[in-house]
Amino acid sequence: MIEVKDIHKSFGEAHILKGISATFEKGKTSLIIGQSGSGKTVFIKSMLGLHIPEEGDICYDGINYNDMSTDARRDLRKEIGMVFQGSALFDSSTVEENVMFPLKMFTMQTKAEMLERVNFVLNRVDLNNANGKYPAELSGGMQKRVAIARAIVMNPKYLFCDEPNSGLDPRTAILIDNLIQEITDEYNIITIINTHDMNSVMEIGEKIIFLENGLKAWEGTNKDIFKTDNKAVTSFVYSSNLFKKVRQAYLMEG
Amino acid sequence: MNYIEHIGKYFAMLGQVFKRPQKGKIFKEALFRELDDLGNKSLGIAAFIAFFVGGVVAIQTALNVDNPLIPKYLIGFATKRSIILEFAPTFVSIILAGKVGSFITSSIGTMRVTEQIDALEVMGINSLNHLVLPKIIAAVFFYPFIISIAMFLGIFGGYVAGSLTGLFSTVDYIYGIQLEFNSFFVAYAIIKTMVFAFVIATVPSYHGYYVKGGSLEVGRASTQAVVWTSVIIILLNYFLTQMLLG
Repeated sequence: MIEVKDIHKSFGEAHILKGISATFEKGKTSLIIGQSGSGKTVFIKSMLGLHIPEEGDICYDGINYNDMSTDARRDLRKEIGMVFQGSALFDSSTVEENVMFPLKMFTMQTKAEMLERVNFVLNRVDLNNANGKYPAELSGGMQKRVAIARAIVMNPKYLFCDEPNSGLDPRTAILIDNLIQEITDEYNIITIINTHDMNSVMEIGEKIIFLENGLKAWEGTNKDIFKTDNKAVTSFVYSSNLFKKVRQAYLMEG
Repeated sequence: MNYIEHIGKYFAMLGQVFKRPQKGKIFKEALFRELDDLGNKSLGIAAFIAFFVGGVVAIQTALNVDNPLIPKYLIGFATKRSIILEFAPTFVSIILAGKVGSFITSSIGTMRVTEQIDALEVMGINSLNHLVLPKIIAAVFFYPFIISIAMFLGIFGGYVAGSLTGLFSTVDYIYGIQLEFNSFFVAYAIIKTMVFAFVIATVPSYHGYYVKGGSLEVGRASTQAVVWTSVIIILLNYFLTQMLLG
């Protein structure tokens, strides 16, 4: 379990996170939603230790991140997989080298063993013939899948995804969502996703946290989101007529 | 951010850089890649410039010592001294600061703005150690080799200039370059080069690693890195000359 307790983060005068608390459970896909600038990326990067919060605690399975030594933090990070918004693939390395990199760095496996694992995860994300390609030769959706493969190659306990669907067509976005959901169930891991995508919210939002101006404004499931009368959530989620109609239909069905 | 903060942050960065590499095999691979990128690929430009500047120094010296009382072998002597003491270590290092410095800043800066450095950190990798230490070792150990070649080619350029222009005889030139040879001057040049190589590897890395923004900021950081590396080399050259030869 990941517990976040009252974290605050500022950049100069800008107070981005103003005391957010949340818990994330094993085997669940949790979504963090909110408008641009609401603090979603800062929140997720603070959980990863890429930003150091001024106040508050982040506990991984009961161990406070603030109390960990630098080496312990690095050890913890070996159990974390992260899919970045722009994929963050090493652009001068091939797909195979990108996915193999954590294995080369942290395991004593032979080349054949590493290759077997790389091929397994690439197959898992449905990318079978891309080993020798460079990231620039791949489409956005394929890059995201390579990023997911790299994130899961070490069998992480925690998977973080920062807007995994941004810039993707709706069909690819759903494929990525489903893939993340399947991986979460299959490996029984904690998955936390930052997203703007309302399809993701409806499809895989087992737990949804809505951020507004650096504060947690609402928390619930994708079923609860239809019923909530929280104005901040409804004005964000039901800003399009399509979703308004979907909500009306859902409420009419009871 | 003021200069004191930058200096503090630079030394804090070095504290993270000088840690034991997490995996020897990966470090070795990175080191060989850097030897090629920073060293091998700089050899051509350093050799080209050294050869022609050596020729120009010899011609300029010959044109300025037309007094019959001054022996012609002084042309070879002066060319050798200026190339070994200043041209090869300092001038070539400033050229390398431009070529290699901009490459280091833009490559690390691009990794920063495309979140590749964050990806390394999230994996539990000390990104500074992983990215910067191989560059430092490659530069500090390879640049003395480049500078030694530059010394040889600079002096050889003077010889070729003499034989092509007829401004001085090659016999006088060879006598001049052999005259009062002091091996400490070569050691002095190598020491200076190693210090400059450290600056060339670390200052641009600092500018690239801490860049914020996008491609425009990476471009600006590259320019700043080259300017600051050159300024630091010039200042260190002054202090090292005082310390080693004063």
